[in-house]
Amino acid sequence: MSTDSHDVAVTVNGTLYRRSVESRVLLSDFLRHDLLLAGTHVGCEHGVCGACTVVFDGVAVRSCLMFAAQADGHAITTVEGLAPDPDHLHPLQEAMRDCHGLQCGYCTPGVLMTMKTFLDETPAPDEGQIREALSGNLCRCTGYQNIVDAVMLAAERLRGRSP
Amino acid sequence: MKPAPFKYVAARTLEQALALKAEHGDEARFLAGGQSLVPTMNFRLTQPAILIDINFLTQCAGTRNSGPGHLRIGALTRYGELERDREIARKLPLVHEALPHIAHPQIRNRGTIGGNLAHADPASEMPAIVVALTGRMRTQSKRGERWVAAPDFFTGALSTALKSDEMLTEVEMPVSAPSSGSCFMEVARRRGDFALIGVACTVRLDDNGCCKEARIGLCNAGETPVFAADASNSLVGRPVGIREIDQAGELVQGAIDPGGNIHASKDFQRHLARVLTKRALATANRRAQREH
Amino acid sequence: MLHAAFLRSNVAHARIRSIDAAAARAHPGVVAVFTAADLGSQWAPGPLLVPPPPIAGAVFNQHTQVPLAKDKVRYVGEPIAVVLAHSRYIAEDALADIAFEYDPLPAVVDLESAIEDASARVHDEVRGNIAAHVRQSRGNYTAARGRAAHVIARRFLYDHGASSPIETRGMVAHWDARANHLTMWDTTQAPVFLRNGLAAMLGLSERQVRVIAPFVGGGFGPKIMLFYPEEVVVPWAAMKLGRPVKWIEDRLEHFFATTHERGQIHDAEMALSPDGKILGIKDVFLHDTGAYNPYGLTVPINSQCTLLGPYVVPNYDSTFTAVFTNKPIVTPYRGAGRQHGVFVIERLLDVAARGLNVDRAEIRRRNFIPADAFPYNNEIIYQDFTALTYDSGNYEPILDKALTMIGYREFLDKEQPRLRARGRHVGIGVACYVEGTGIGPYEGAKVQVQANGKVSVATGIGTQGQGHFTSFAQIAADQLGVEVSNVDVVTGDTDQFYWGAGTFASRGAVVTGNAVNEAAKVVRRKILKLAAEHFECAEDDLEIGAGAVSVLGVPGKAVTLGELALKANPMRGAVRPGTEPGLESTQYFGPPSGATAAGVHAMIVEVDPQTFTLEVLKYVVVHDCGTVINPLILSGQIHGGVAQGIGNAFYEQLVFDDEGQLLNASLADYLLPSALEVPRMEIAHTVTVSPLNPLGIKGAGEAGAIPVGPLFAQALEDALGLAEQKVELNEIPLSPNRLFALTTKPR
Repeated sequence: MSTDSHDVAVTVNGTLYRRSVESRVLLSDFLRHDLLLAGTHVGCEHGVCGACTVVFDGVAVRSCLMFAAQADGHAITTVEGLAPDPDHLHPLQEAMRDCHGLQCGYCTPGVLMTMKTFLDETPAPDEGQIREALSGNLCRCTGYQNIVDAVMLAAERLRGRSP
Repeated sequence: MKPAPFKYVAARTLEQALALKAEHGDEARFLAGGQSLVPTMNFRLTQPAILIDINFLTQCAGTRNSGPGHLRIGALTRYGELERDREIARKLPLVHEALPHIAHPQIRNRGTIGGNLAHADPASEMPAIVVALTGRMRTQSKRGERWVAAPDFFTGALSTALKSDEMLTEVEMPVSAPSSGSCFMEVARRRGDFALIGVACTVRLDDNGCCKEARIGLCNAGETPVFAADASNSLVGRPVGIREIDQAGELVQGAIDPGGNIHASKDFQRHLARVLTKRALATANRRAQREH
Repeated sequence: MLHAAFLRSNVAHARIRSIDAAAARAHPGVVAVFTAADLGSQWAPGPLLVPPPPIAGAVFNQHTQVPLAKDKVRYVGEPIAVVLAHSRYIAEDALADIAFEYDPLPAVVDLESAIEDASARVHDEVRGNIAAHVRQSRGNYTAARGRAAHVIARRFLYDHGASSPIETRGMVAHWDARANHLTMWDTTQAPVFLRNGLAAMLGLSERQVRVIAPFVGGGFGPKIMLFYPEEVVVPWAAMKLGRPVKWIEDRLEHFFATTHERGQIHDAEMALSPDGKILGIKDVFLHDTGAYNPYGLTVPINSQCTLLGPYVVPNYDSTFTAVFTNKPIVTPYRGAGRQHGVFVIERLLDVAARGLNVDRAEIRRRNFIPADAFPYNNEIIYQDFTALTYDSGNYEPILDKALTMIGYREFLDKEQPRLRARGRHVGIGVACYVEGTGIGPYEGAKVQVQANGKVSVATGIGTQGQGHFTSFAQIAADQLGVEVSNVDVVTGDTDQFYWGAGTFASRGAVVTGNAVNEAAKVVRRKILKLAAEHFECAEDDLEIGAGAVSVLGVPGKAVTLGELALKANPMRGAVRPGTEPGLESTQYFGPPSGATAAGVHAMIVEVDPQTFTLEVLKYVVVHDCGTVINPLILSGQIHGGVAQGIGNAFYEQLVFDDEGQLLNASLADYLLPSALEVPRMEIAHTVTVSPLNPLGIKGAGEAGAIPVGPLFAQALEDALGLAEQKVELNEIPLSPNRLFALTTKPR
C-alpha cells in the first residue's frame, strides 16, 4: 500500500502555514502535531464526540474526519484563535468561566468552536435551540447545564455589545 | 485509529475525477464530505488505495429546477446548505423535515447528499425519502451518463447500482404537489442517531378530499429503503381516516423485513413501523387538508 | 520519540500457539516489536491493588493482569505485543504484519453458567471461575423472616458501563540514562502509587522516578486502575530502547483496554412488618469481575454495603460471588458498585409499598435511620476495612425538601390525573441513597508562603476536572487571609509532593481538603508567632487579612506575608534549633473511616406509550455532603454525576455476544447522553456536618450517579401504569426496546 505527500498552504487563526503532509494525516493530528496547536482535542476519531471541532471556511466541522491535504487553500479557526488578544478572552470563554461550564476542559474547545458559529447564526437562542446545537458535542463532566447557561450568558453579552 | 496509507488526488474537473475512477476502479473511492467514509477508514474497515477528492467540483453542487415538477440537487450539495435553503423547505418539505434528524450540525456542514445516498446505509433517512418520492439518480462515468430510478439504485445494505467507474452526480425528486402534505418521522435513541425506524410519506388529495396518491417509504426496515406499495395504494380513492390509516399501518408489515439490531428487536421495529406509519400519515393528511 | 501501538487479542479466550513478529520488525519505520518473551524476568502479573478486607470466611482467588499475554488470552483486547515506530500511523500499519496463531477456547460470558463446575475456566486452576466469595451478615435474617408479616423476593439485573471520559488514557515515558531517571506523564488518578509501583517493577528507587499527571480529561474511576499493561510496557520499552515512548489510547482501544464496571445478578428478599418497616434483607448476588481482579473486592463490597442505604436494616444476610469472565477487567467507575446495591433496596421498597398500599416516599421515611442514632454502626465491613459506620446523617429533611421541590403531592393528587385524562403518560419517581465518602488512608499537603506574598499549595493527588485548584485554594486562603487568586495549587506531580493515595471514592475534597487545612493552620500559627516577635506584642493583638498581619487598633502597623516569609528565611543570623526556615508546613490527614453523605433524587418523566421514548420534565437533587466548600463546583459534580446516571439508566450498555465479542465498540453505538438527553436539574443542599474532620465535609463526587437507575424504573412504572399490567422494571439499563419487550411479553 503506497502513499504520497502534498503541499498544503492553510491559514490557521490568520497565519498562513506551508507544510508538506502525507496524504493520510488527519487534520486533527496536523493541527496538533505539525502546527503545535494542541488546543484542538481528539476524543474518538470517528466523528461522534465533537472534541475536535474547528471552524473551516466559516463552518464548524470535525477535524478528525478531514485530511490535512484537504485544507490546502482554506482558512481554519481553532480555539487558539478565539480570544481577541493575550489579555482578553472571547465572551464565550468568559461566560464559560463565569458559569463553571467546564470541569476537565477536554470537550471545551470543540464546544467553543461549535457555539461560536452557532451564535453567529443565531444570536438570540432559547435553551432548546442551544441544546440542539450542542447535541453534537459530548461532555462527560458537566451534564451540559452550565454550558447551556454559559452560552445564554454569552449570547446576551454579545447582543449587548453589538451596535 | 489512523487510516491505512493511500494516495490522494484532488480532482479539479469532473472529467479528471471520472478518468481516475475509470483507471482505478474499486481501488479508488471518491471523497466528498467524508462523514461516512473517513470513520470507516479510521477504523480500517475501508482501505482504499486512492482517494479522489471531489470537493472542488462545484458544478456538482447546488439545486436547479427541472421542468415545473422536479428539482435536481447536485450530489456535492452539503446537507447544511440544504437545511438553510428556503426553496427546499417549500418544494421538498419531506427533505427539509428529515434534515435535522441526520447526524449533527457539524456533520451536516460537510456531509453531502450524494455521499449519503451513495453510502446506502439502510438506516439512513435520505435514501428512504428518495425512494418514497420516486426520485432518480444521475450517474456519470467516462463512458457517459445514465439515470437510475431510486428503487433500482439501492441494491443492498451499503451497496448501490453504481458501477466501479461511476460517480453519482445529481438526484432528482418531484416537488411537492398542490393539495398535498408530507411528513417525515423517526424514532432514534438520541437525536441524530440512525433511526430505529423512520417513515417518510406524502399524501395528495383530490377535489373531494380523498386520497389521490399516497407514498410511504421506510428506513431501517430492510436491507434497502422500503417503499410500502400495498399500504400506499390502499389509501387511493378513500378518505384518509382512522380506519384507513390503521389498515395502512398493518399493510406496511408485509413490505418490511427489519433485521433487528442491538438497539431494537425485529418485533420492536415492526411495532414502530406500524406506529410511525399511522402517525406520519395522519400528519401528512392534516397538512394536505390545510393545502387543500 | 517513538510511538507505541498494541496488538490486541481479537478472541475472548484462547491458548496462544505462536506470535511471529518478524515481518512487523522489518516494516519500514518500525524500531522494535516486543512480546511477553522479550520482557524476560520483568514479565510478571501486576500487584494486587486492594487486598480483600478482613472478612471472616472470605474466599479470594487473586489473578491480576499481565503486561503482555503469555500462554493464554483472556479477553478481547488483551495486549499481545507492542510495536514501537516513528509514528502512530506506522505502528498501526505494522500491527497487521504480526502473525498471531491461537487455539480458541470456549468463552466464559454468562455469569450463571460460569460458576458451574463444568464451565470453561478463565484461569485454569479456578473451578467455577470463582474470583471471590464473601458473606457478611448482621443480626439473624432467618428469624426476622420467620416473624415477618410480608416477605417479598425478586431478581434484579443491574448493568453498569464504561466511564468513557472524553480524553482516553495515555502516557509518555522518558528514561534519561545520564541522570538515571525516569519521567512518566500519565493520565492516572494516582500518581504517587504509580511512581512507587513503577520504581519497584523496574528495579529503581522511588527517587529515580517522577510521575506527572497533567490536566487530565476526565477520570471517573478507571484511570485509578494501576499497572495497566500499557503502563508497565511503555516505560520498560523506553528504558530498553533509550528513547522516549508515547502511547495514546484511541477510542476503539478504550472500550477494551480501559476497565469498565459491569453487571450483577441479585436474588434478594425483604422481610417487613405490617406497617412496612424493614425487618431484614437477604441478598445473594453474582458479580462480573472480568478476566482479572486487581482491584480486589471493592466494587461488590460497595454493592453489599451501600444496599443498606439510609435505612434501618436490623437483620442482613448478604452473599456475593465474584466471577471471572472472558471480558475486560472490572474496577470502580463513579459509584463503584454502590448503584447496584441501591437499585436492589430501592426497588424492594417500591414493591413493598405497592403491596402494602403505602406511598413510596412514606415507606422510605418510615425506615430512615433516625437523626439521633448517629454514629450508626451497620456492623458489616466496608471498602475501607472498617465496620460500616455512618458518621452523621439527617435524612428526613432531605426527603422533605426533595418532595417539596418536585411538588410530589401536588403531582400525584392533581397534575398526574389531569394529564392522564388528556392521554399523557407522566410519572414521578423518588429514590434515596447514602454514599460512603472520604475514606483513608490519608492525603498530605504542603502549604508555603512565598517571598512575593503568594501562597503555594502542593498535594499528591491528581485532578481530572474537580476544581481542586479552586477548592484547595479557598481552604488555604480562608486560613491565611489572602485572596483565593493568590493561592496557586499544584497537583499530580510526585516531585512536588511525595506522599499520597489518589483521587477516587469521592475523597479529594475531604481528605486532601483537610490536609490543606491542617497545613494552612500550622502556617498561620507560624505567621502569628513571627509577626508577634516582629511587632514585639502578643499574638492576641494581631489579625490576619488581606495578605498581611496587622496590629489590632493600630492602623498602619502591618507587615505583609511576603515580608514575613523573607524574614523567616534569613541570609544571616540563625534559625533556632527546633524551628524551621520559611513559612511552610506539610501536614497529613487520615480519617479513621469514611464520612457518609446522603441524598434524594426525584424526577417527573413523560413517556410515549407507543414508541417508549421519554422526556424528563423535571429533575431534582437534594444532597447532603456536610460543609460545602464551593457550591458551584459541587453542583457541577452533581450535574455530571446525574448525566452519567441517566446514561446508565437508559442509554449505555456494553453489549457482548456469546463469544465475548463487544458488539458496540464505538461512540455511535455505545450511547453517551448528549445535551438533548440530559435535562435541566434543580439542586439543593442540606448540611449535616461530619464529625470525622475539622472542616465537617463529606465527599460528593459520585452522588449524582448513584440512584438514577431505580429512579427511572420507579418513574417509568408510574408513567406507564405498569402496576396495573403487573409488569415490574427490575433491570438496568432500560430502553425503549426493553420497555416494549417487557410490556408485550406473552403472559
